Amino acid sequence: MTEHKWSLTSSTRESRIFATLAIVAVLLLIAAPWLVSRGLIRDLFQIMTLLVLAQCWNLLAGYAGLISVGQQAFVGIGAYVFFSFAVFMPIPPALAILAAGIVAAGIGVAAASFTFRLQGAYFAVGTWVVAEVVQLTLAKQSVLGGGSGMSLPREFRETMPGFGILREMGFSKSAAIDVIAYWMVLLLCVVTILVIYRFMRTPAGLGLGAVRDNVIAARSVGVNATRLKWLVYLGCNFITGIAGALIFMQKQRVSPDTAFSVIDWSAFVIFVVVIGGIGTIEGPIIGVLIFYLLQSFLADLGPIYLIILGALGIVSILVAPSGIWGLISSRTGIVLFPIRHNLKKLG
Amino acid sequence: MILIDTILQGVMLGGLYALFALGLSLTFGVMRLVNLAHGDLILLGSYIILTLAGSLYLPPLIAALVALPIMFVLGWALQRFLLNHALHDDILPPLIVTFGLSILIQNGLLAIFTADSRRLSLGGIEAQSFAVGPLNIGVLPLMTLLAAVLVVLLLNFVFFKTALGRAFRATSDDATTLTLMGRDTRRVFAIATGIALVVAGVAAFFLATRASINPSIGPARLIFAFEAVIIGGLGSFWGTLIGGIILGVAQTLGGSIDPEFQVLAGHLVFIAILFLRPRGLFPRAFD
Repeated sequence: MTEHKWSLTSSTRESRIFATLAIVAVLLLIAAPWLVSRGLIRDLFQIMTLLVLAQCWNLLAGYAGLISVGQQAFVGIGAYVFFSFAVFMPIPPALAILAAGIVAAGIGVAAASFTFRLQGAYFAVGTWVVAEVVQLTLAKQSVLGGGSGMSLPREFRETMPGFGILREMGFSKSAAIDVIAYWMVLLLCVVTILVIYRFMRTPAGLGLGAVRDNVIAARSVGVNATRLKWLVYLGCNFITGIAGALIFMQKQRVSPDTAFSVIDWSAFVIFVVVIGGIGTIEGPIIGVLIFYLLQSFLADLGPIYLIILGALGIVSILVAPSGIWGLISSRTGIVLFPIRHNLKKLG
Repeated sequence: MILIDTILQGVMLGGLYALFALGLSLTFGVMRLVNLAHGDLILLGSYIILTLAGSLYLPPLIAALVALPIMFVLGWALQRFLLNHALHDDILPPLIVTFGLSILIQNGLLAIFTADSRRLSLGGIEAQSFAVGPLNIGVLPLMTLLAAVLVVLLLNFVFFKTALGRAFRATSDDATTLTLMGRDTRRVFAIATGIALVVAGVAAFFLATRASINPSIGPARLIFAFEAVIIGGLGSFWGTLIGGIILGVAQTLGGSIDPEFQVLAGHLVFIAILFLRPRGLFPRAFD
């Protein structure tokens, strides 16, 4: 009797091709400041911040069942922590960005002690109330500029890592800030996607997928749903806080209205995930690309653009609840971020 | 005395919040639907009344009365053709649909009516008040509170004394069994949302007369409504009224300390109550 050797693998042919393409794409994106215009760098910055926020919201809503309409709270907190350090206690920018994430996660714990008491749809509105409370509280602080906000001090932006080198390479001061912010968000984006992908393949991540599919069944095989929800909530708020710091570092100005915008940091994010495909890592990526296309063609229309986006979100969740990626994936069987483990016979 | 006056103003403001909240309370009670567009639908009602009064030269109160059946049809159609398709076991679709609707209505109003502030003029009544001892009571705020009480009485009558109300309560308890009994829950839902929007229309009238409105203020009305429902406890209209009043009093007391503190004080009281009584003060429903 011949013995077969088996190996456990989760990668597929498509996923290997995709991984190779993704590495090439990331290398091109790193080199982009020398290859493309500054306008495009700003667009790419916006796309990637949106992608980071979308991946986080997707993890919350698509996997952990935490449908939040209040993630703008953590974008705003991250932004304000970063600006507070920059203005009052200039520490190295990278540390200030990290602190933004930590404070966002910390306030997230306090928020969760309240919002986690609310179930389902009530959780959604509860998170919105939290965001309002944080915004109103910050807008009252005259030391933080009250309702008009703060600007990033000139001296502080010159302490950004790589600022001097970029200046010597001929980038203007504000172009250098754009490029640094862009690289940082590129790093955040790649790390976020990889961490989420790795996490989904760990026992905890698989447990989360099980909770999403059937809470009772997951609990019966020993998955601690509550602990997982806390873990995901903390992690997402940490990343969202960092994203908030980067978004407003690039803008070099922060105010309560922009930092806590429910349209910018919740509505766009939610529609990106829903249209792209909720509950997959691929979905938000497709979603931001579609969002960017729509924006380039329709943003001049102002309110009409938002009407179209809202309508697309509604049609999408009713007609194709698993989004565009869900349609593609179910028809072709293609998975770019495979999570399932398959047995494969060797030799 | 100033304190008593402030509390009294808060109670009457609470009447307005209760009117915001009763429609939400109704749709949640009947079909477990949290309508994120509720605030924007109230605002849409205000603009309908403003348009009727402005372009057809109807007296404001007549315009509001004409708007109510329009709101009913709107709510009925909304439920029949959109929301019924979103209501399943999964809570995500109704949230996304109503959130999308909120953005849609908000920007639709912005496109049609611009961001300018508007107000429905009642020809002087809004400034009138009468003295009760040392206290001054505004006619319009008092009318708002009375309207809220009237709406609670009417809703309770419909819920507990009519065949329709029996269908509402039965749907709330067990929609599947009601279907087995031969009643089409989708129709029951459509009527419920229609009634909810009629209540929203009443709220819309008082919202537009009390202060200036613009297309962006809908979401904040939703949050006030939501807070009133939760404070009062799910499933009880009287609870919702008291929830609105508590919120109104909290806001005016906060506002008397510092005008910027008004809305925040309401949120904080809401959070505090939720900590102490997670199911609200007068809960009836069990989820």
